[in-house]
Amino acid sequence: MAKELEKAGILTVHICTIVPISKTVGANRIIPAVAIPHPLGDPTKTKAQEKALRRTLVEKALEAMQTKLEGQTVF
Amino acid sequence: MDRKLKVVHYLNQFFGQIGGEEKADTAPLKKDGTVGPGLLFQQLLGQEAEIVGTVICGDNHFNENLETAKEAVLELVKGYRPDLLLAGPAFNAGRYGTACGAVCEEVAGRLAIPAVTGMFPENPGVDLYKKSVYIIETKPSSMGMKDAAQQMVGLALKLAKGESLGSPAEEGYIARGVRKNYFAKERGATRAVDMLLSKMKGEPFVTEYPMPVFDRVEPSPPIEDLSQITLALITSGGIVPKGNPDHVESSSASKYGKYDIQTAEALSPETYETTHGGYDPTYANQDPHRVLPLDVIRDLEREGVIRDIYPYYYATVGNGTSVANAKKFAQEIAKDLLRDGVQAVIISST
Repeated sequence: MAKELEKAGILTVHICTIVPISKTVGANRIIPAVAIPHPLGDPTKTKAQEKALRRTLVEKALEAMQTKLEGQTVF
Repeated sequence: MDRKLKVVHYLNQFFGQIGGEEKADTAPLKKDGTVGPGLLFQQLLGQEAEIVGTVICGDNHFNENLETAKEAVLELVKGYRPDLLLAGPAFNAGRYGTACGAVCEEVAGRLAIPAVTGMFPENPGVDLYKKSVYIIETKPSSMGMKDAAQQMVGLALKLAKGESLGSPAEEGYIARGVRKNYFAKERGATRAVDMLLSKMKGEPFVTEYPMPVFDRVEPSPPIEDLSQITLALITSGGIVPKGNPDHVESSSASKYGKYDIQTAEALSPETYETTHGGYDPTYANQDPHRVLPLDVIRDLEREGVIRDIYPYYYATVGNGTSVANAKKFAQEIAKDLLRDGVQAVIISST
């Protein structure tokens, strides 16, 4: 999906847990996530800590959007 | 053969009979003898070889701890001093496929023992490991277990006995891109003209040198000013309004949903849930933001970091879903987004 959206001219960031799969399918901007059943959270933390963690990942995604790339990059 | 060949079988938590998704974080462990599909493999191996042990690892554990899990599995395999390793088959299960590929690559590369696995061609494990690992082509689901086991055993025994192999098509494995010299009946010029004539007549022909497919897309240029963009959210983690109104399938999805979030500040567990059937849904159902981060993106919108959020989000289930379907979903979604002036997308995947 990431590849098709980029082909259409829409910048796409992929936040995902299994980075090798994201690379194989051709995402260009890849943000490694926390875990498969909770990529953007961590049930062992408090709600506030979890939200902070999620914000860090999303901010990383925004940073990736502003970064010029030569090829596939894992942030 | 004077003695029976010793075989180790690698399985995930499901085929290893530990449990379903709730056990996907199981660390590597071993059980002597066969487990689950191992019994069928043992029957096919017959008197020539014996499955002395089974090594099992949860799919999430393996993929989330790739380096340490590989080491731990390798140690357990090594303990049996096998002559051969069989892994899976993983069919179209992505995490299982990457694990089987990684285990085979390690075992073949570092222990110098032949290793064979089986996968459906669209399994992401195929692209990752086909160059270094023998992967028998299987059906997408365990309906194809018997055929897969037969071909895996046939190839594995040939490798273990050092017999010469036929072409990938003859042996049933996915081509690794290795070139082998052989004497053909006809010279090259004759074969090429024959192929050309077949092509001109519209008849089937088999190329001797398939061209590689470079399906990569140039990265989009960076965004200069985030505060001017409309951002859209997509997830393959199956977050849908409670009750799954569009009936997005829990695996092999044939559709996606488009959901209005214009007035949603956040996603409450009372109104949203996951329909994904390929991971333990407990955490996503407790708090859907663990998969689709609408809460923090609303904050960023309020703070003016981005201009706004596209009023809809899109969801599908990335669980054995075909590449052709995923491509079609994205092309349709892209039409919406281009028409409505969306500049950037975040896709979250489990």
